[in-house]
Amino acid sequence: MNLLSVQDLQTHFIFRDIDHQLREAKALNKVNLTLNSGQVLGIVGETGAGKSLTAQSICGLLRPPAKIVGGSVTFQGRELLTLSEDEINTIRGAEIAMVVQNPRSSLDPLTQIGAQLVRLHQTHTGGPLAGSRKKALDMMQAVGIPDPEGRFTAWPHELSGGMAQRVLIAMALINEPKLLIADEPTTGLDVTVQAQILDLLNELVARFDMGCMIITHDLGIVAHYCDQVAVMFAGEIVEQGPTREVFLTPAHPYTQQLLAATPERLQLGVKSQLGGQPPDLFNLPTGCLSQDRCTLATEKCGAPPPLIEISKGHLARCHFVKPAEKGRSKSNE
Amino acid sequence: MSELVLSTKNLSKRFPVGRSGSFVNAVNGVDLSIKRGEVLGMVGESGSGKSTIGRTILRLTDPSDGEITFDGQDITTLPTKLIRPMRKDMQMVFQDPWSALNPRMKIGDLIAEPLRIHFNMSRSECNDRTEVLAERVRLSADFLNRTPSALSGGQLQRVCIARAIATNPKLIVLDEPTSSLDLSVRAGILELLQELRAETQAAFLFISHDLGTIKLISDRIAVLYLGRVVEEVPKDKLFSDPSHPYTQSLLSAHLPSDPNETLQRLTLQGEIPSPINLPTGCSFHTRCPVAINSCQSNVPEADEISPGHLVSCLRLKDGQNIIRRDLK
Repeated sequence: MNLLSVQDLQTHFIFRDIDHQLREAKALNKVNLTLNSGQVLGIVGETGAGKSLTAQSICGLLRPPAKIVGGSVTFQGRELLTLSEDEINTIRGAEIAMVVQNPRSSLDPLTQIGAQLVRLHQTHTGGPLAGSRKKALDMMQAVGIPDPEGRFTAWPHELSGGMAQRVLIAMALINEPKLLIADEPTTGLDVTVQAQILDLLNELVARFDMGCMIITHDLGIVAHYCDQVAVMFAGEIVEQGPTREVFLTPAHPYTQQLLAATPERLQLGVKSQLGGQPPDLFNLPTGCLSQDRCTLATEKCGAPPPLIEISKGHLARCHFVKPAEKGRSKSNE
Repeated sequence: MSELVLSTKNLSKRFPVGRSGSFVNAVNGVDLSIKRGEVLGMVGESGSGKSTIGRTILRLTDPSDGEITFDGQDITTLPTKLIRPMRKDMQMVFQDPWSALNPRMKIGDLIAEPLRIHFNMSRSECNDRTEVLAERVRLSADFLNRTPSALSGGQLQRVCIARAIATNPKLIVLDEPTSSLDLSVRAGILELLQELRAETQAAFLFISHDLGTIKLISDRIAVLYLGRVVEEVPKDKLFSDPSHPYTQSLLSAHLPSDPNETLQRLTLQGEIPSPINLPTGCSFHTRCPVAINSCQSNVPEADEISPGHLVSCLRLKDGQNIIRRDLK
């Protein structure tokens, strides 16, 4: 059984516009993901591709006008989407934890950081206060905060960005979650601090045998810290598989474009086929969503592309991808 | 062709902290020079003074100390009245195109604004030139009648670049021009800048924290740490022969997108010290794995170890400036 399994997840923004017309932005279109314990999954894509929305949908953090209109999210075999608010509250923060992008604005500015950690532990685990205090100090130690005793009474504004991010990671881990979702955990941090935080995450994933999902737009982070990668475009996962395989032999034209745009591979002066707008979420094209930006696109891209297994665990959603020799049974494009 | 467009000598900038009498030492004695048609990349972490240097050399803020020579003229203390007409020769592109453009002006007017200010152009001349500029940055002429809200980030950054090149400047300071953009959009902007740089022969000061981007576009790279240039290096030597311990650790923290490239793990401990209380001596000694006692008291001078490659490190003399991998 997978730790987390997302099937055909669809999240739309449904609202009435200024003319009272009902409008629907199809932000997530059939997202499929699986994650196992001890694995790190990277989710990459451009702004607006639906990376963060996927995480929020999984955690039940959506608020109107966002609405899940289809699919299922199973965590340790349990369906999350049908749970009540109270039920999801017992899971979120305890078994599923999240580290968000902007560490400073995510801490309560009027509570000392030690108290914030203790409160989180008391809410989900309970027990004597002294136990929670010890646990909080242990966690601060584990995430590499120097002098945990001294920092226990520090206020959030006294912390640097890197330290605040460590506190958030300590908060995420204090209840020993099974699944950690890190949404751009190092954006806004300096590269030398970024390396410290990512090393720490990797170490903690192994130590606590968690599943970890890292949402990022930095392909370098994925290349070196994630076992699996899922590439998103317009609310759809267009390619997923083991990181090395996807990066070295990208199958989907969009993945190829994305990789070619990284500074290391970019060749200035060579005419490239980059750029273009993502499709209008209010008015998605029928068939392949990336057809307008794709150099390979032909008439057959007007039909929805099949999800093709290129090799074990490496899937791409494209008409032009050839399935693996062995597994030809799935689709004969 | 190799005339100097800009040079600074011992450039420093301090900002007072309230009425406490203490100062944020943002820039501490920086010597830089840029030639015509050259791209100088400036890389460093936040708080290293990159943006302050960019703003100070354009006299958007006044230096506390040092000299700025622009196009053969000392502009360090030139009054604002005389600086203003010179601004047509020195332009800037900012990081965030959304806030750099007046949201209520039309794109056409935004591009024409520098032309109207600096050249006495008739309306029709202005319009013609605006269209040429829009085409040059590959922006569709349909956008000229729209407001910034109708454009994407990449398109807005093209508008900012069009504004910057409108007056044929001799120097363009680009302060993280691609940091807020998506990868594919970023690639397009870098391609455009590369083209313009060949076309205009302007000198570029390209500020970024992304080593990949810096390497792609610059001829020379200055590595900053706490308001000092610790290493100045020709582009091809940055990755092959980084000589300052800070440059080495910065490079080792860089994550290339190729999973086959092995990482050199030289992760630094701690974070960048506060620029209010600068460390004595070499500012990097608090985090430097090869620091010795004399690093705490002596500020290292820049040594030219090969043509165009300057390194400020005390350990250079005894050859111990290279962090060995087994140290970590």
